[in-house]
Amino acid sequence: MSQILIYTILTLCLLGVVAAVVLFFVAKKFHVYEDPRIDDVETMLPLANCGGCGYPGCRGLADALVKNDDITSLYCPVGGTSTMKRVADFLGKSAPEKEPQVAEVRCGGSCDKRPRISEYDGAPSCAVENSLYSGETGCNYGCLGKGDCVVVCNFDAIAVDPATGLPQVDADKCTACGACVKACPRNIIELRKKGPKNRRVYVNCVNGDKGAVSRKLCTVSCIACGKCAKICPFEAITVENNLAYIDPYKCRLCRKCVPECPTSAIAEVNFPPKKEAPAGGGKGGDGVAVKVREQTAPKATSKTDGLPVGPSGGEAGENAVQQA
Amino acid sequence: MLRTFKKGGVHPHDNKLSRDAAIEVFPLPETVVIPLSQHIGPPAAAQVAKGDKVKAGQLIASAAGFVSANIHSSVSGTVVAVDNVPDAGNIRRPAVTIKVEGDEWEDGIDCTEGFRKADASLDGAEIIKRIAAAGIVGMGGATFPTQVKLSVPPGKKAEYLVINGVECEPYLTADHRVMMEKGEELLEGIRLLAKALGVAKSYIGIENNKPDAIAHLSQLAAGDAGIEVVPLKVKYPQGGEKQLIAAVTGREVPSGGLPLDVGVVVQNVGTAVAVYEAVVKNKPLVERIVTVTGKTLGKPSNLRVRVGTPVSSLIEHCGGLPDSAGKVIGGGPMMGRAMSNLDCPVTKGTSGILVMDGAQAVRRAPEACIKCAKCVEICPMGLEPYILYKLGVRNRFPEMEEYYATDCIECGSCSFTCPASLPLLDYIRLGKGEVMKIIRARKN
Repeated sequence: MSQILIYTILTLCLLGVVAAVVLFFVAKKFHVYEDPRIDDVETMLPLANCGGCGYPGCRGLADALVKNDDITSLYCPVGGTSTMKRVADFLGKSAPEKEPQVAEVRCGGSCDKRPRISEYDGAPSCAVENSLYSGETGCNYGCLGKGDCVVVCNFDAIAVDPATGLPQVDADKCTACGACVKACPRNIIELRKKGPKNRRVYVNCVNGDKGAVSRKLCTVSCIACGKCAKICPFEAITVENNLAYIDPYKCRLCRKCVPECPTSAIAEVNFPPKKEAPAGGGKGGDGVAVKVREQTAPKATSKTDGLPVGPSGGEAGENAVQQA
Repeated sequence: MLRTFKKGGVHPHDNKLSRDAAIEVFPLPETVVIPLSQHIGPPAAAQVAKGDKVKAGQLIASAAGFVSANIHSSVSGTVVAVDNVPDAGNIRRPAVTIKVEGDEWEDGIDCTEGFRKADASLDGAEIIKRIAAAGIVGMGGATFPTQVKLSVPPGKKAEYLVINGVECEPYLTADHRVMMEKGEELLEGIRLLAKALGVAKSYIGIENNKPDAIAHLSQLAAGDAGIEVVPLKVKYPQGGEKQLIAAVTGREVPSGGLPLDVGVVVQNVGTAVAVYEAVVKNKPLVERIVTVTGKTLGKPSNLRVRVGTPVSSLIEHCGGLPDSAGKVIGGGPMMGRAMSNLDCPVTKGTSGILVMDGAQAVRRAPEACIKCAKCVEICPMGLEPYILYKLGVRNRFPEMEEYYATDCIECGSCSFTCPASLPLLDYIRLGKGEVMKIIRARKN
């Protein structure tokens, strides 16, 4: 009995040794050399595997960073310039630099500004709804509010605000990976320069219909009147295809265009409230901030999470004025 | 034993409420809106401008490209706008708006009702030329330009012409009434189509829930060996091109192929009548038969309507929109689309307007897939809808291509049969579009 046990153990041990020897030589023979720096670089990256760099996951980018001599065209939007600098220093290459960006949802058509004229009961997906018809409002360009952008966000940085029916981006969490930009079937979301102190001015509309048409469907649509382009001292605003566009790299955030807009379609974010409250009077009486988020006090350095705006952006703006 | 297609299929209630309602001529509206895109392919190029006077039957937009169709004015009057106008889904598309003044037709168009035989000296090329000039498109709903279907590419040969008189969509009766009231014209149109294609044998496929149409056309075609009426067992979606070919000839169109790959061309009965009118009477496609129906609608009817007439006026004519109405669908209940703009015009492809009651119209809330495989069993194309659905939800479009998403005919049988009421077709249709984009990108 004990003999059987001994033979079994010996046979298995022998088999193990033979297999180990074979595996040792096979592993030597078919060894693939991989640059050990790839592993190191990978650990320096955020490991979010979001694909925002254009590579399939962080390892893909790490591989490209190690193998390419010139890495100035490669960029991890999540890690940002600091991460890229660390990686470049490690690899002894010159670091790519990019200004930090943030996703901006360019639609202000909240429930009260853009009335629903039909009810959609199909699959809960913007892409599906967009392929079927104009959406619940008549606007052919505006946000459908089904949250395709929310589903794809890996960073929990975007959520549909139930009060407005529009997605809100949390600028602190947003890494500008661009997943939501790709997911939006109507190209409403744009990656824009984050701006000094997170301050941004942008046209909060993508409607390309003529003014008379878009105005009828939504009270805060751009009607392409061109007033903003005329008043802009830096030629940052262009009006094309019935739509104004502010170039974030030319805009100097003077905000002259904001009160000029007759439909309050230009949004300013994170600016301190203006000193003189535009109480009803003056040109463009309703031209107060249409969207105020992350209302940081002028000197405060702490960032707060995105405060939900009130039922209408305009009111939120006035609240901000009153608080001041 | 009646013939039908083998793979899959469902049996929705046919609800043919307007079966016995004779075709009524709908009065001329005050203004018509004629969209420039009433066919598959690029929109036609407008040939008129604001202020122009047009006559009925006059060319107002010409085909832009090979797969495109001419568009004619359906009324006489003044062009008031050439602009973007919201369609049934409220999407703004280019259209010509005409204010109606009188009813004057272009010279050379015969608007009389009487039947005439076609000139025997016409050859195939001349017939196709006249069809193209008249802007005829497939009137079953797909609106594919007819002249393109008739132009057999070199190396292929058409053996049979199959005429689609199936009308498998519940509620719709437009084709049924055409077969009953325009039998002579239909048969003459089939002879013209057969001549254009150079085929000796034509079949008319009709489901046996229309015994009167089967009897009527069989009697009319009795003396013609080239035309045979084929009664078919009722099963949805038998009116699908590939299903009809399988049912009538027993041949299977290969995946990604066209009916011509098995030597068959399919045309709708409405198209055949339009061909007759274009070739014999020189009348372009400016009107069509529309079924206006619904269980709560006052008077379900079959109307002969000029293209461009607002849908709301048709509903008004048939008793008005009931208060309980939940949805108005353009087309039939299986493949049609809900309209969000009732002021949209009737187009060449509008086979029906269906008013659904509120309770009837609401989709049930989706639940989890229980893997019952009913959708696989009934898919007439032999696809696996539940897998395609899951891939579509996850945006995994390249994999959808491997599962033959492009073969989907969008019949809606899977969504209809799903016990968990999943929006299967919604996502398959989305994926199909994305897969087509991938394929196009690969070709370029």
